[in-house]
Amino acid sequence: MFIFRLKRTIKLGAKSLWMHRLRSTLTALGIIFGVSSVIAMLAIGEGASRDAQEKIAQLGSRNIIIRTIKPPEDQVAGGQQQTLMEYGLTYDDAERFQNGIPDVQVIVPNRRISQQALYRNRRVSLEVVGTVPWFPNISPTRIRFGRFLSTTDMHYKQGVCVLDERVVKELFAFDDPIGQAVKVGGDYYRVVGITTEQSKTPTSPELETKDATGAKKAAGANVGAMYVPLTTVKDRFGEMSMQISSGSGGTLERVELQEIIVQVQDVDMVMGTRQSVQTLLSRFHKKNDYEIVVPLELMRQAKDFQRIFTIVLGSIAAISLLVGGIGIMNIMMATVSERTREIGIRRALGAKKKDIVIQFLSETLILTLSGGLLGMALGALIPFFVTHFGQMRTVITGSSLILAFGISGAVGIAFGLYPAYRAANMDPIESLRHE
Amino acid sequence: MIDFRQELDFDAEGPILAMEDLCKSYQLGATELRVLREINLAINSGEYVAIMGPSGSGKSTLLNMIGCLDRPTSGDYRLGGQSVSVLDDDDLSMIRGARIGFVFQSFNLIAQLNVVENIEIPMYYQGYSEHESAERAEELATMVGLGERLRHRPSELSGGQQQRVAIARALANDPLIILADEPTGNLDSSSGAEILMILDRLREEGKTLIVVTHDEHIATRAERVIRLFDGRIDKEEFNTR
Ligand SMILES: Nc1ncnc2c1ncn2[C@@H]1O[C@H](COP(=O)(O)OP(=O)(O)OP(=O)(O)O)[C@@H](O)[C@H]1O
Ligand SMILES: [Mg+2]
Repeated sequence: MFIFRLKRTIKLGAKSLWMHRLRSTLTALGIIFGVSSVIAMLAIGEGASRDAQEKIAQLGSRNIIIRTIKPPEDQVAGGQQQTLMEYGLTYDDAERFQNGIPDVQVIVPNRRISQQALYRNRRVSLEVVGTVPWFPNISPTRIRFGRFLSTTDMHYKQGVCVLDERVVKELFAFDDPIGQAVKVGGDYYRVVGITTEQSKTPTSPELETKDATGAKKAAGANVGAMYVPLTTVKDRFGEMSMQISSGSGGTLERVELQEIIVQVQDVDMVMGTRQSVQTLLSRFHKKNDYEIVVPLELMRQAKDFQRIFTIVLGSIAAISLLVGGIGIMNIMMATVSERTREIGIRRALGAKKKDIVIQFLSETLILTLSGGLLGMALGALIPFFVTHFGQMRTVITGSSLILAFGISGAVGIAFGLYPAYRAANMDPIESLRHE
Repeated sequence: MIDFRQELDFDAEGPILAMEDLCKSYQLGATELRVLREINLAINSGEYVAIMGPSGSGKSTLLNMIGCLDRPTSGDYRLGGQSVSVLDDDDLSMIRGARIGFVFQSFNLIAQLNVVENIEIPMYYQGYSEHESAERAEELATMVGLGERLRHRPSELSGGQQQRVAIARALANDPLIILADEPTGNLDSSSGAEILMILDRLREEGKTLIVVTHDEHIATRAERVIRLFDGRIDKEEFNTR
């Protein structure tokens, strides 16, 4: 019996909505757009946040990255006509981290030098990364073919290199790169392995705009990385990177290390270690020539940002759904007063107040829920186009769909209840006399 | 919930409905408009009663009172031995649905529903099953001569046909009392005559019939004529057949 009544109620509601097709559609549009925008915005937000989270996670949540940056001009001692500028991280810094901070487990000092690489008649710009054999342990870079640098390479300052996939693609058309010799800066390096692409490392946002090292500046033009033992780099390129910077009248720059990556044993130790690193560095660096990037911190910032984003989004969605709901309420009030006589007839034929409430409430619910369903379909379609044409990652979560559908139901009840209540409380005799 | 099919003892001895000093008045600003004044009335089960009187004398108001659509301002109204004044809105809805069948001057069919669906309305609120109610609605439509028009909308029917649908609808729950407020008022004489024949047939089946009318011809068909004047029962006449 209950099923029959439900079926009847839905059929009746659908029928009277169908009688006013245009009006019902226009009314439902408010909900359709409200729901679809909620889903679309949540999908875009979720996609962006996952992107950021993944990128940051690639940097390693247990890592602390210390980078050399070019100090602001006015901080440079002497001020004018500086011909030689020495700044940045040093091997001593790396040693101090190793010996002075107990929680440090792995330490990776990196030299980064922009160079041209030559193989047969092909030439590409790449970044020579002077590093240590345990570099892959703290980086998302993975070996594809061959091997990474070994301690033997390191010890004997071998002229070997490991290339990343993009460099291989540019440099070797058809040849198998393993065992081939690549020429960089007058020396040959034998390829021993191929790694996955080098991931771009984001900086902390406030430092993004400032001028970083030359190597980093040119990173955009480089196709990829060539990993060479740090000892070999020292041997062949000298103790320091020299660069003639284009600005401020041909200043010569000397930098020992572009980067030191420190890894701690446990995520809990990250912030404490960051503090120790900061303290150590500030003691030995008079200039502001380094930055400390903590992926864990960035991750937290991204989460905070995501939370704010969600709140803003939620408010916008709430307002748009409120407007949609008011539209629905308006139409339902009109419907109720149009159908006053019908209500009188039904009451005379035995309908209880409750029956009238159910009738009009279910009509509103049919309107909002079908609007919600259409909105869900549209809301799933928008992110698809955004991904397809906007090259942006979007993620539609199940919970956002449930949320949107739930909201449309809640709007139906919240804004349908009053008109239904008005309908039920009309005096039957008055209603029957209504024209 | 109380089941009024049992609670109201319609089979008991005594009148099916009784009114005692029943008054109905409306407050219009400072003045009190007394529409019904000290009505004392008893109608037995199976009676055919006509209510007559000039316009504005309170006929419709009295009929609505009998049909539990309205409540008295003072006085007592007992239906099936039970005082109506103690019943709440749901109870009254229940009584209207289960025990009373209304026929209106202006038919009052629901425009978006077809013949069968209109007849089904009272059964829907009484919780009939889908199958049961559809079957009974078709039966009733056939009985009032609309077997060929089951899926027609009210707008596709003549006035007489519409009123026949309304009568079929009033009979859907097999009520004890049929209340008709000028059932032929909007019809030409031949369709009106058909409606009256149907009402006569209902009387023979033992229904209690209360009809408001301006037509003396209709009144002669009834066993009793109650004449209202200015909200009072002016005269009661009994026709002998
Ligand atoms: N809601 C109301 N408020 C005020 N006065 C009302 C109300 N309903 C009815 N009346 C008055 O009650 C009186 C009786 O009305 P009622 O409809 O019962 O008359 P009637 O006998 O059916 O008349 P008719 O033959 O014209 O249908 C009328 O004077 C009417 O104006
Ligand atoms: Mg009247």
